[in-house]
Amino acid sequence: MTASVVVTGLGVVAPNGLGADDYWAATRVGKSGIGRLSRFDPSQYPSRLAGEIHGFRAEEFLPNRLMPQTDRMTRLALVAADWALEDAGVRPQELPAFDMGVVTSSASGGFEFGQRELERLWSQGSEYVSAYQSFAWFYAVNSGQISIRHGMKGPSGVVVSDQAGGLDSVAQARRQVRKGTPLVVSGAVDASLCPWGWVAQQTSGRLSTGDDPARAYLPFDARAAGHVPGEGGALVILEREDLARARGAKVYGRIAGYGATFDPKPGSGRPPALGKAIELALADAGVDAADVDVVFADGAAVPDLDRAEADALNEVFGARRVPVTVPKTMTGALYSGAGALDLATVFLAMEEGLVPPTVNVEPADEYGLDLVVGQPRTTEVRTALVLARGQGGFNSALVARSAD
Amino acid sequence: MAHKEFTLDDLRRILIEAAGADEAVNLDGDILDTDFESLNYESLALLETGGRIEREYGISLDETTLSITHTPRSLIETVNGALAALV
Repeated sequence: MTASVVVTGLGVVAPNGLGADDYWAATRVGKSGIGRLSRFDPSQYPSRLAGEIHGFRAEEFLPNRLMPQTDRMTRLALVAADWALEDAGVRPQELPAFDMGVVTSSASGGFEFGQRELERLWSQGSEYVSAYQSFAWFYAVNSGQISIRHGMKGPSGVVVSDQAGGLDSVAQARRQVRKGTPLVVSGAVDASLCPWGWVAQQTSGRLSTGDDPARAYLPFDARAAGHVPGEGGALVILEREDLARARGAKVYGRIAGYGATFDPKPGSGRPPALGKAIELALADAGVDAADVDVVFADGAAVPDLDRAEADALNEVFGARRVPVTVPKTMTGALYSGAGALDLATVFLAMEEGLVPPTVNVEPADEYGLDLVVGQPRTTEVRTALVLARGQGGFNSALVARSAD
Repeated sequence: MAHKEFTLDDLRRILIEAAGADEAVNLDGDILDTDFESLNYESLALLETGGRIEREYGISLDETTLSITHTPRSLIETVNGALAALV
């Protein structure tokens, strides 16, 4: 029999709240963290709005030795991991090193650090490039730094699949727990709101160019014109359920099912594969569509992609048969952080029995969705489906269930 | 022309710029004969420190100079030797 894997700790770093408590206090009432980009002057760029994390001072949380060698995304990830472990009541230094692993995902790597070192390379010469550039930009660096900080030597790695990665990393972590590692830190934090990262994001052609935060990111709305990029994400602690219970841990819920597919080549005429990912995840969880209480949608806010997601949902659930929400309308799209933050949000929603709203959106009838807009919706959440899609054809679906 | 002298204070400043300082270590204390590993610097921290010394003082350091088993005293002596050779 396959072991049940549960989440016992949440660490959240989001544009509308630092820490799970602040994040949930904002999210449950629809408070957005989207505004004009302030890290650099965005006036010369096509997109000028972002979901930025304000007021994060890494030096308050992290040892001085880590500062010269870490990008902003790694500092955020290290703090989120600290908070998740603390929330889970886990003291890693007291556990066997090989009983703990770290599997995160990353869509960009450490762009801000990388930009600074590239500037030094071209303006001053190669001898001015930091030795830490050898890893500080790298996709796997968040996993590595968390592993080193907490002495976690079990199976570890990084999953790179754009915005689908946040869910894919949790699925990979669940595999490692089932294969025998009692505890795995998982999830994702991305943060590339620097000029280099910003230019790279523009190339997707999927970014909103609006200047009004209340009208810039509108999935499933007739006015949809792309997403707003954000920074942040969440790290979670995964444990084998019997071991978590044995140590008396608080259990948020189970990672019950997962499915991932890849879209067919554009122009092939074959349909997109998101619906299949949903079916795989439900089957893996052993639940029927009717058991699902809420869907946290990917919400690309690009008409074709919204259409594909709505079609997939309606095919599985029937039109307007399940509440759908996109809390990332409050944070912007966090790339690999998105699926991980949605998963953390699911557990916070379960705890309160409240589905957070999709903000600013007037749902277009044509999509046939019961989108939770305006106000949060009070309802028991026992089974939730989280969707995340990555550019290039990645589709991931994850089912989380309450554990009581 | 007298050459620049590389002192323990110079090394402290560059170590902190390059790699920070462990909160549990008193860099201001008597560290001349404490090896870098005990000061909680790893090989990459020393590589970065060495690179900054080379840039600032216009010298070239042998890779073996930057070992974690070495002490600030031996590194300072090597740097001053290289500076003297520049004159």
